[in-house]
Amino acid sequence: MTPEFAGNQIIIEVLYLIASVLFILSLKWMSSPTSARHGIWAGEAGMLLAICGTLLHHGIVDYRLLAIALVLGTIIGIPLGRVAMTAVPQRTALSHAFGALCVTLVGSAEFYLQTPHISPFLMSVLSVEVILGGLTITGSLMAAGKLQEILPQRPMTYKGQNVVNFLLLAVALVIAVYLVLHPDARNLFPFMILIALAFGVLLIIPIGGADMPTVISLLNGYAGLSAAAMGFVLDSKLLIIAGALDGSSGLILSIIMSKAMNRSFSNVLFGAFGQVQTSAAAGKEERPVRSATAEEAAAILAAANKVVVVPGYGMAVAQAQHKVRELFDSLSKRGVDVRFAIHPVAGRMPGHMNVLLAEADIPYDRLIEMDEINGDFAQTDVALVIGANDVTNPAARSDTTSPIYGMPILDVDKAHTVMVIKRSMSPGFAGIDNPLYYLDNNLMLFGDAKAFVGSIVRELGGGHG
Amino acid sequence: MASSSNLIDALFIFVLAGFIGFEVIRRVSPLLHTPLMSLTNALDAIAVVGAIILVGEHRSTLAATLGFIAVVAATSNIVGGFLITDRMLRMFKASRPAGKP
Repeated sequence: MTPEFAGNQIIIEVLYLIASVLFILSLKWMSSPTSARHGIWAGEAGMLLAICGTLLHHGIVDYRLLAIALVLGTIIGIPLGRVAMTAVPQRTALSHAFGALCVTLVGSAEFYLQTPHISPFLMSVLSVEVILGGLTITGSLMAAGKLQEILPQRPMTYKGQNVVNFLLLAVALVIAVYLVLHPDARNLFPFMILIALAFGVLLIIPIGGADMPTVISLLNGYAGLSAAAMGFVLDSKLLIIAGALDGSSGLILSIIMSKAMNRSFSNVLFGAFGQVQTSAAAGKEERPVRSATAEEAAAILAAANKVVVVPGYGMAVAQAQHKVRELFDSLSKRGVDVRFAIHPVAGRMPGHMNVLLAEADIPYDRLIEMDEINGDFAQTDVALVIGANDVTNPAARSDTTSPIYGMPILDVDKAHTVMVIKRSMSPGFAGIDNPLYYLDNNLMLFGDAKAFVGSIVRELGGGHG
Repeated sequence: MASSSNLIDALFIFVLAGFIGFEVIRRVSPLLHTPLMSLTNALDAIAVVGAIILVGEHRSTLAATLGFIAVVAATSNIVGGFLITDRMLRMFKASRPAGKP
């Protein structure tokens, strides 16, 4: 190594160190909406430094091909940065797939470059890298397909599903172990990747739309861990740090999501989703419900002091968030205190509902987390449920036979009056009947969320002059 | 290529970075979980550095080809990830001071 190269190497390492610090700061600044935009700048600066540093690497000879790849990636990336906010979950799933694709391809290239002279430790980490990467590629594509509704959202289950999945994973691990012991058996490598890819598909098949927040978080964690494994293979501290940060972020979010769905973390880790949906629709009888018109609903809201709106994914599907903002403005003008209760799994990914409401210009200090607002429902005059169902189901608190028993819910039934905007009495996503609708303090507002909120706003406007 | 002392170093870094990640991410407001995920996604695309070296060094056609696709995939995550995170965060606004008439 000539002194010039050594000097370059030091510059590169220093740039990587600064990038690592900037990445950590970037996540730290995400703690509050006021500092979060600094977080992006820190992240971008870190990324720029790291890429520039890498280009200084002495072994790099082919800059032309690199430039083409960077430009092509940018061209693909720009539309992915401009999708509608309702489409953010599938965009996120797609980008998990892209990240994992990168990691898996680099891992495969390293395998063919380094074998058969590869240490057992490195081969083990490389196997972890490509297995996690492979299953994240197809798993994320499946998730994106389900979210985009290209694939059926309904969970597909069959007998012995878990056995098949575990056997498949076991075969991949056996191949990995064999490769660690005999790294010259290069023909086996593609099979290991193919099995990982197949496993990813099978892992997501039994998952329904309601479980997507957990699944996306989990895939996020897998993508991060595979990147960290790649850092071991390439002996890159920067990659290890970024992968560990991303991995812990994904795992924390999966823990939060699984708690909000009342699933144990091990249940989530092993991908045993979608059981809730099977045990629905039994023993239903006709029970009386009370309904109200937009005019009546407007009168009740106008007379209230405290209103809590409970939005669900149905609100986003109906594109009702802008009408909801008008309702918020109209009620706030009358001096009504309006807040929004956000269940952790509302929407299709962690925090999705907050983004949709923020897009509709609802101030973020009006968006209140479940734990914080649940105590306030008893002092709330009206709880207005828009497009949410299971997260308001009181059976989760009391009925031990309910499939969602134990799931933390928003205690809307404790409000003085509950109003639920719903198309019909048909059960929600998980196919579970909601006893909330038959309570004495509950009023059903039948209709399309957007149209109904619109007519409430009109009534309020008319009444006010 | 990593020697065994390097591997121990790498393990130290991994564990410590994991701890930092846990402590930092725990403090992220649930309001921002969606932008958090798109941001970590963009940061995770730092894997591009490994792919850049594969393409740049051009040690074999296979490695360069795989690296090329990897650079494209990672770059699109970087560009798309930062763009959408920025768009989302710009939407989060606090209440206007004069809320009530």
